[in-house]
Amino acid sequence: MLVYFLRRILWAIPVLWLVATITFFIMHVVPGGPFDREKKLPPEIQANIEAKYHLDEPILIQYSLYLKGLLKGDLGPSYKYVGRTVNDVISDTLPVSIQLGLVALLIALIVGLITGITSGAFANTIWDRMSMFFATAGISIPSFVLGALLILIFSHYLKLLPPALWENARSVILPACALGLAPAAYIARLIRASILEEKHQDYVRTARAKGFSEMMILLRHVLKNAIAPVVTIIGPLTATLVTGSFVVEFIFSVPGMGQFFITAVTNRDYPLIMGVTLVYAALIVLANLLVDLLYPLIDPRIKLE
Amino acid sequence: MIISLVFIIALCVISLLGDFISPYAHDLQETQNSLASPSFEHWMGTDELGRDLFSRLIYGTRVSMAVSLLTALSALFLGTCYGAISGYVGGRVDNWMMRGIDVLYAIPDLLLIILITVVIGRGITGIFLALSLVGWITVARLIRGEVLRLKENAYVEAARAFGATHLRILLRHILPNTIGVLIVTLTFRIPSAILAESTLSFIGLGLTPPAASWGTLANEGWKALKFYPHLILFPSLAIFITMLAFNFLGDGLRDVFDVNQEK
Repeated sequence: MLVYFLRRILWAIPVLWLVATITFFIMHVVPGGPFDREKKLPPEIQANIEAKYHLDEPILIQYSLYLKGLLKGDLGPSYKYVGRTVNDVISDTLPVSIQLGLVALLIALIVGLITGITSGAFANTIWDRMSMFFATAGISIPSFVLGALLILIFSHYLKLLPPALWENARSVILPACALGLAPAAYIARLIRASILEEKHQDYVRTARAKGFSEMMILLRHVLKNAIAPVVTIIGPLTATLVTGSFVVEFIFSVPGMGQFFITAVTNRDYPLIMGVTLVYAALIVLANLLVDLLYPLIDPRIKLE
Repeated sequence: MIISLVFIIALCVISLLGDFISPYAHDLQETQNSLASPSFEHWMGTDELGRDLFSRLIYGTRVSMAVSLLTALSALFLGTCYGAISGYVGGRVDNWMMRGIDVLYAIPDLLLIILITVVIGRGITGIFLALSLVGWITVARLIRGEVLRLKENAYVEAARAFGATHLRILLRHILPNTIGVLIVTLTFRIPSAILAESTLSFIGLGLTPPAASWGTLANEGWKALKFYPHLILFPSLAIFITMLAFNFLGDGLRDVFDVNQEK
């Protein structure tokens, strides 16, 4: 058991190293850079800038410099925000993204569990059909469409909530809803499938034979087993939230990491792009690690490799 | 499911016959009639340059459908090759090939797509390549699992006893049995390609004007959200209904082929 945990944890290191390497080389094969202007810079200034960011060194030297920085936790300077490091930008924006992500996750869990359980408990009734229609609609509606719709309804027409910016608790509501709906739909579909599968198990028949009510069986026996698979989607869910956050932060002008990533891509601020990619990868690796560590504890039937 | 299928076929017809259906040329500018609300002449209104939104939407349908269909197919092809080899060869090779996929899985799809488009550019080809280069990963995992399961069957052993080559066993005996999974996967790859393309275009990192897809149209509408909501409403509806249709179709097909592949 301990060996398994240690191996999983150690495996995260080469994954992150490879992600860093891949993004580094992708960013360095791109022709042109952030310092290209419409008007050509004087050669001396160009040379100075390149020297400052070590851009005049051979690529392998740059790579080893970058890795050395990474080991010390230094993601390098930002090309665009002069005087700020990538670490500064990330430590400013990551907390905002995480706040938004957590609220969205909470919404996703509440809505997803309620819809999924209703659906699974009353399978093939009108409630089930309605819930599943909403779930399919939920995974079919892109977050920018949902975001625009929410802004139109709640900000422009009803004037209840602010359409953008990040000022108080009320500004979290709309973006978190826009971000949380798709994961809620995934959770609902998963829970329903899982409940339907568990309902055919022998222990359910035994419980039924003992004369327990259906409600009792569902609450005491089925749910316990049916919820376990939800843990496994924490990984993909984190990825969905990350991807969604680009769009949602863009729409609602939330000063989070996703929005800075989009700006970094437009500005060709390579160190910032690499840094943000690495942080996202670390988040996802962490989420997957959590699943691997939690799952054997939740479901003892799972054998460890 | 039937309704979804009919709708999808209708979309394909619209993409193919777009020029005959659309009431105006998609780039015709009537500057004196810009930002008009929906009316009889312009069913969905006009944009800020006075272009008929309905015609532009039909044009966008063609781009969106072509991009998503082609990427889904090429992602399916790449993923099947990778997954089939990994699953069939097994052992150490399989282990390393799957480790490779684990690494790619650590980077969110959309982020990887953006990184690739930074390198190869953002034209239709760029988007198509980026989406294909990312989309195969999920497919490879599914196909690998299927092949791993199928290769234990007695008929594979029988074929081997008859002296069939590995390639023949894989192509003639194993892959045909994955057809159900392939069809279902294809149906689900298309909406995710539509989603990825329109999302990219919407945040301004996808197709660039004058190319028009549903995503770029929605992006143009977004800028005028407050005063001219019709500009974002129609492209959004098109994306939403299409994705809904493909997802319902996929669910239906999954039941038909009895494939279990919830994410």
